[in-house]
Amino acid sequence: MAFPIEVVLFLFLIASAISVALLEDLFAAAMITGIFSLISAGLFTLMDAVDVAFTEAAVGAGISTVLVLSTLGLTTDREDQRAFHLFPLVVVLITGAALLYGTLDMPLYGDPSAPIHGHVAPDYIVGAMKDFGIPNIVTNVLASYRGYDTLGETVVIFTATIGVLLLLTAGGRERGASKESEGQAHTAHEPPSPMREVVVLRLVSQALIPLILLFAFYVQFHGDFGPGGGFQAGVIFGAGLVLYGLIFGLETLKGVVPPAVLEAGLALGVLLYGGTGVACLLLGGNYLDYAVFDHHSAAHGRHLGILLVEGGVGIAVTCAMTLIFYAFGGRSSIRNGGASQ
Amino acid sequence: MEVALDALSWLLLGLGSFFCMVGGLGLLRLPDVYTRTHGAAITDTLGAGLILIGLMLQAGPTLVTVKLVLVLAFLLFTSPVSGHALVKAAFSSGVAAQVEHSDVGHGETAPGTDPKPEHETES
Repeated sequence: MAFPIEVVLFLFLIASAISVALLEDLFAAAMITGIFSLISAGLFTLMDAVDVAFTEAAVGAGISTVLVLSTLGLTTDREDQRAFHLFPLVVVLITGAALLYGTLDMPLYGDPSAPIHGHVAPDYIVGAMKDFGIPNIVTNVLASYRGYDTLGETVVIFTATIGVLLLLTAGGRERGASKESEGQAHTAHEPPSPMREVVVLRLVSQALIPLILLFAFYVQFHGDFGPGGGFQAGVIFGAGLVLYGLIFGLETLKGVVPPAVLEAGLALGVLLYGGTGVACLLLGGNYLDYAVFDHHSAAHGRHLGILLVEGGVGIAVTCAMTLIFYAFGGRSSIRNGGASQ
Repeated sequence: MEVALDALSWLLLGLGSFFCMVGGLGLLRLPDVYTRTHGAAITDTLGAGLILIGLMLQAGPTLVTVKLVLVLAFLLFTSPVSGHALVKAAFSSGVAAQVEHSDVGHGETAPGTDPKPEHETES
């Protein structure tokens, strides 16, 4: 009977959302946005959507908070005091009312006769063990039944990362180059990360980062049997790398995983996913129909196919997260280098 | 045996909840960022720690207990460190303490200082 806990968590969620809207200190608002994500992750766990909770906790509370904070470091942590505008308020109220009206037709929470439980879900549940031999139904749905959707999502991540890199690093490199040409001392060597000097932080993160990366591998390869998969493993691995970058400095992290490797990995992940589909075609099946990988046991073939595409997703997501962190961090080191001289 | 285990477990759960509430109260009532961090840290270490040990007694010798031990280990690793990092960041960005050394026992703010705590981002 987890119902009261959910009510309390939803109340916390609403309270944190309202305080984000009201706060003028953007630094505090960014931290509360992270708390919002953490509460969401707790709610997802209560709803037995542990796969989603993993992603929400690692991206929402971890990486995106770091990105928002580094953006605040580049701009300002004070909200602009704007005059009151009627039009945006009307738009927001109408949109909110429409959304609330839309929920009136939604089935009740946990209603077993809701359309989603009667359409294809029973087939998925029955098929999980029969067709795949894999207990985690989420993995089956994600990588096989809805394999096209997930391929689309991976391509979206690929495209979005390229967009972020184009927007952030293209301008940054030019600016960095012009700074150097003006005779500034700041070159490729950024000042050593101040957090590296804090012994406690350094030692504990040294102990924790290998465990985080190991856990990411566990989530990746155990995703067929427990909660997890490529997306979750990718964001956890990415979060581990981002933590390393935060403590030991961006340049040290770039020495460990050079941007060129990550850029190649981003493309390689998508290629592995798409290529698995093409391999299915060449072996005489349909696109992303993994059963053709093993002529003796279709379930075994599907299992292999799922491992391959999940691997592709994991590589792509790890590289995407770390590259976006590079893009943000690179800009701030350029700015800081300029400002300190 | 069963009853004793249950009683001990509930005692730990109750104590843990008590320390969580004390930590929450400290977070609200203490005057500056340093003392408040102390309140928050109590919630994470003593509060959550006692609750986790109480839950371990409830779970018995199962896999759940192993997981709870791991959760406790990670919590004891991370939460004092985050408290330390927070205080260190506040100190290095020049946030002044509202409590003087001699006043610690009395819980009063130092004379002549603003009793309203400044936010840690301000320097």
